[in-house]
Amino acid sequence: MNKAWRSRNHPAYWAFIVHRLSGLLLVLFLPFHFWALGRALHGAAAMDGFLRWTDQPLVKFAELGLVVLLGAHFTGGVRLLMLEFLDWREWQKALLAVATVVTVAIGIVFLVHVA
Amino acid sequence: MNAGRDTYLWLAQRISAMILGIFVLAHLITILYVMRDNLSAADILSRTQGNVALMLFYGLFVLAVSVHAPIGLRAVLAEWFGLAGKAVDWSLLVLALMLAAWGFRAVWGVFVA
Amino acid sequence: MTSTSDKLTVRVWRGAADGEFRAYDVPRLPSQTVLDVVTHIQRAIDPNLSYRFACRVGMCGSCAMSVNGVARWTCRTHVDKVVDGNGELELGPLRNLPVIKDLVCDMRSFFDKWASARGYFHPTRNRTDDLERISPTSRARKRADAGVECIGCGVCYSSCDVVSWRPDYLGPAALNRAWTLINDVRDGGRAERIAAVAGDSGCHACHTHISCTERCPKGISPTASIAGLKRATALAALKGEL
Repeated sequence: MNKAWRSRNHPAYWAFIVHRLSGLLLVLFLPFHFWALGRALHGAAAMDGFLRWTDQPLVKFAELGLVVLLGAHFTGGVRLLMLEFLDWREWQKALLAVATVVTVAIGIVFLVHVA
Repeated sequence: MNAGRDTYLWLAQRISAMILGIFVLAHLITILYVMRDNLSAADILSRTQGNVALMLFYGLFVLAVSVHAPIGLRAVLAEWFGLAGKAVDWSLLVLALMLAAWGFRAVWGVFVA
Repeated sequence: MTSTSDKLTVRVWRGAADGEFRAYDVPRLPSQTVLDVVTHIQRAIDPNLSYRFACRVGMCGSCAMSVNGVARWTCRTHVDKVVDGNGELELGPLRNLPVIKDLVCDMRSFFDKWASARGYFHPTRNRTDDLERISPTSRARKRADAGVECIGCGVCYSSCDVVSWRPDYLGPAALNRAWTLINDVRDGGRAERIAAVAGDSGCHACHTHISCTERCPKGISPTASIAGLKRATALAALKGEL
C-alpha cells in the first residue's frame, strides 16, 4: 500500500513505462508530422518555410527528443518481439541493456549531426 | 470478451511491429543522413518526386503505422483510463483511417505532386 | 547479530480494505524471518492479528504477504534482507486480492481463474491403459518442467499490474499452469484451453512487465509461459481453430 511502488522498481517494468510513454507521444506527434510533410503539396517554398522554422534551437531540441523516442520505441519493440516470439530464458536483461545502448547511440549520432 | 478478435488484433499489432522495425531503422538512417547534408526542400523533393520505390516504401510505412498505433492506444485506454467497449473500438477504427488518410496525403505530396 | 539496532519498527496492515497500518515494536533477533516477526506480534503483543501460514519452510505457499511493498513468502524472507535502514518493516496483505482481515486475503478469484484457464489435467487414458512414455529431454516436456513447480502462492498474481488494470485478466499463475498442460502430451483438453486463454482477459493482455518472473519464489518464469501461449493461440487463430 504505502510502499507498493517498490514492487515495480525493476528494469523490465521501467522498459514497459518507456515503451508505453514513447508510444503515446509518438502517436500524438504523428498527425503533426503528416501535416508538415503535406506542406510539400503547396510547393517547395511552403516546405522551405517549414524547414526554416525547424532550424530554431528549441525545435531542434524537440527533434532530438522525437528521434530518441522513436529509437527507444524501436529498440524496446524489437526486444519485446524477441521475448514474445523466441523461446527465451536468461538473456532478457542483456537484451534490455543492448536496447538502451542503441537508443543512446541514436541520440548521440543525431546530436553530432545537428551540432 | 471476444478471444478471437483480441487474438487477431494482437497478431496485427505484432506483424505491423515487425514491418515497422525494418521501416523505422531505414527511416532513422534517412533522418540522420538528411540532417548531415542539411538539405533544402527543393533538394529533398528533387530526390523523392517520381521515386516509385520510395513511395511504395513510405506508403507501406503509413499503412503499418495506422494498424500499429490504434491497437496500442486501445490497451492504454482500457488499462489507464478505463475506456473500453464498442464505442472506443469504433473511434479507434476512425483514428486508424484518419492516420492512413493523412499519411497517404503526405506521401502523395512528397513523392508525386 | 548483524543488525545495527536491536529493535524493529513494524507497521502492519490492520482491518479490511478500509483498514490502516499500525506500528509495533519487535525485538530484532539473529536469522529472524518476517514470519517470525508476524508470529511474535500475534503471540506477544496483539492476539487479534490474523495471518496465514502452515509449513514455515517454503513448501505450502500460504504465508505470502507484501513485505515493504514487495510480495514475498514471509517464511523464506530474512528480516536482514528486506528491512529498511532505519529498522522499519511494512507488512500488508497481497495486492490484487480482496482483504478479509489484516494480512489475510480472499484467494477465491485467484483459484477461480485457474479453473477458467482450464488449469486442470484432462485425462485421455484410464487405469487399465499403459503408461505414456515421455522423454524427459523432449521439447514439450522441458517446457512443462520449467513451469510445473508452481505451488499457487499468489506472489506473481499480486505483483502483476495487468491484473490490477484488467480485473478479468487470468493472471500469471493460471496462464503458466495452462502452458504446462498444453505441453503435456497426455492431456486431451488442448482446444478448449487454447480458447480459454486467448484474448484480452487471457495471455494477449500480458505486457511483459516481467514482474511475475522477477518475484516468483520458485524461480519460474510465467512471462515465458505466457509468451508460449501467445504464440500457440495466434497459430490456432491463423489455422481457424479459435
